[in-house]
Amino acid sequence: MRLVYFAWVRERIGRASEDIDLPADVRSVDDVIDFLVARGDDYAHAFAARKSIRAALDKAHVSSSTPIAGARELAFFPPMTGG
Amino acid sequence: MSDACPVTVSVETGDFDVAADTARLCGGRHDIGAVASFIGLCRDEAGQLDALELEHYPGMAEDELKRIAGEAAARWPLLGVVIRHRYGVIAPGAQIVAVICASSHRAAALAATDFIMDFLKSRAPFWKKEHGRRGGDKGWVDARDADEAALARWHQG
Repeated sequence: MRLVYFAWVRERIGRASEDIDLPADVRSVDDVIDFLVARGDDYAHAFAARKSIRAALDKAHVSSSTPIAGARELAFFPPMTGG
Repeated sequence: MSDACPVTVSVETGDFDVAADTARLCGGRHDIGAVASFIGLCRDEAGQLDALELEHYPGMAEDELKRIAGEAAARWPLLGVVIRHRYGVIAPGAQIVAVICASSHRAAALAATDFIMDFLKSRAPFWKKEHGRRGGDKGWVDARDADEAALARWHQG
């Protein structure tokens, strides 16, 4: 799955995107966050304020409990500040 | 709906011209009685800002703006919507965002413009970073609770 990061989530992780083969037991957006946090300090730092992190699955907003099956791209980003 | 209400959305680095967009929106038709527009500018309150840098999620930003315009068109009898949002480095005083809504009557055009801006601020994937006047990176702008709260009023009634 392609993971993409924006704003301070991107800065804390240290990259804008990456392709990761997720284990079969990683089924939801929440599971992906758990999986990433276990990968290292940069990820743990990025997701430290976990409740404020927003997710989009194939470029549509989703809640963290959403299943990821069939999706190609999962994005994580802070609350939006456009306009 | 889209036949009755043409929607134009752009996410670009370059500037935009609301007068030209308004002329295009109304050109050749006589059923539009009201055009409301909003322009958001890069604000420097304390003389400390060198520039804002706007990051966006390519693809999703455009999709989300179209989706918000579509929601507005489903809610009010609109005859045209234009949404323009810039990204990249933007200097104080420069334009960041524009929303233009056309309708037969004033109430729909004004309400739809307000609605689109409320949802744009909290749902369109853009992020602002402040660059300080002394070259320092002042960091990412925090989302305001008031922006999220502003959405609630559109869910009532």
